[in-house]
Amino acid sequence: MDIQKYIDGILNRDVRSTSRTISLIENQDSMAVEILKGLYKHTGHARIIGITGPPGAGKSTLTDKVVKELRTRGFRVGIIAIDPTSPFTGGAILGDRIRMQELSVDPGVFIRSMGTRGQLGGLSKATLSAVKVLDAYGCDYIFIETVGVGQSEVDIMKLAETVVLVMIPGMGDDIQAIKAGIMEIGDIFDINKCDRDGADRLAIEIEMMLDLKGHFEFWRPPILRTQASIGKGISELVDNIDNHIKSLEESGLLRERRLNNIKVEVENILMGELTKKVHQVAKESGLLDEYANKILEKETDPFTVSEIILSKI
Amino acid sequence: MSEKKIRVLVAKPGLDGHDRGAKVVARAFRDAGFEVIYTGLRQTPEQIVAAVIQEDVDVLAMSILSGAHNTLFPKVTQLLKEKGVNDVLVVGGGVIPEEDIPFLKENGIEEVFTPGTNTQDTIEFIKGHLKR
Ligand SMILES: Nc1nc2c(ncn2[C@@H]2O[C@H](COP(=O)(O)OP(=O)(O)OP(=O)(O)O)[C@@H](O)[C@H]2O)c(=O)[nH]1
Ligand SMILES: [Mg+2]
Repeated sequence: MDIQKYIDGILNRDVRSTSRTISLIENQDSMAVEILKGLYKHTGHARIIGITGPPGAGKSTLTDKVVKELRTRGFRVGIIAIDPTSPFTGGAILGDRIRMQELSVDPGVFIRSMGTRGQLGGLSKATLSAVKVLDAYGCDYIFIETVGVGQSEVDIMKLAETVVLVMIPGMGDDIQAIKAGIMEIGDIFDINKCDRDGADRLAIEIEMMLDLKGHFEFWRPPILRTQASIGKGISELVDNIDNHIKSLEESGLLRERRLNNIKVEVENILMGELTKKVHQVAKESGLLDEYANKILEKETDPFTVSEIILSKI
Repeated sequence: MSEKKIRVLVAKPGLDGHDRGAKVVARAFRDAGFEVIYTGLRQTPEQIVAAVIQEDVDVLAMSILSGAHNTLFPKVTQLLKEKGVNDVLVVGGGVIPEEDIPFLKENGIEEVFTPGTNTQDTIEFIKGHLKR
């Protein structure tokens, strides 16, 4: 298939062109870039929602229910569910679809599971590109589910316009661990499994943390309660997601956030390309080997050599 | 930098009560470096085919214990054909009598792995028979 066929396929809501393009992105195939270029002007419509929180908190169950609610409201939805790749074998078990079986056959929903594949910074790049594809495909909302633990997850969540942080009662010290990076980026706090003891205490802890953070000009993150397994509290959560988006728009922050993301995106692409170029010019040409000897013999120094190599890029 | 990874959907069509065996296989696949999409119990053929397409997998591995393989496996391959999917390797496993295997192979199941098959053999088979 050629590039234009993929682009047309995605714009015409062809599921196979869409899923194949996401594979090209994940495999860092050069075709993906050309497809993305063609799609770019057709993106920007979708709202991007991050769902994150500790393992087993109920993120997928919650996403399933939230998406069903959005479907009854008439929206088309994309879901990108990310699970960790094993650093030892490079394999992964991506199990989020287990909680979304009925959505599988809903033509208004597209679900894609992704492994982190241990790419430094590459994951958020791949995720962002996949989001673009689903946006062009015509999704009104795109959900990104990740386990909220490491820096790479925090980076991914920065792609989202609204971040829902899912917590569960009785997390105890875990809240400390999570606080580190991800607590700061929660726009909505959701206490799931509130059928369990400890929801009140957790709510107080989050409330206190928010108080410490100071004042909120446009949006103070609400603390909600859900029981995802039976669909309790879901429509309120959806309403709050929409309210957050509205507040972002009205305050001008949405534009600011998008501009900022665009800058980061361009920088990331540039860095990637530059790294490749440096590799070509310095290593593949044998230039670096040649100069390394001269540096060792003190005929020149690393700084001068770097300048010489840079001038060739 | 990542390269192309083998993506496998491990699915359990039908009404089986447990998925221990499928989970063992899923883990073995992961350990072999595959990206395994695991969808859990009680999948309809329609759900399986939708997942195959959305996930763009290279391989579909189905397992059945309940005895419904002669109806469910061909149903899935039929649906795949209707959707124009012809580059996915389909394999089956579970409690399947020898005499049913030729029928399944005629119906698009490329290989059938019965209990006691070494998962390593399954993995080697997959690696050697990818369709793209
Ligand atoms: N008691 C209770 N259990 C729930 C609730 N929501 C989800 N669960 C259960 O919690 C378990 C984990 O749910 P998932 O949706 O898979 O959680 P997750 O956060 O997506 O898990 P990972 O993706 O593995 O990190 C499942 O057994 C759910 O049925 C709830 O509100 N109450
Ligand atoms: Mg999950």
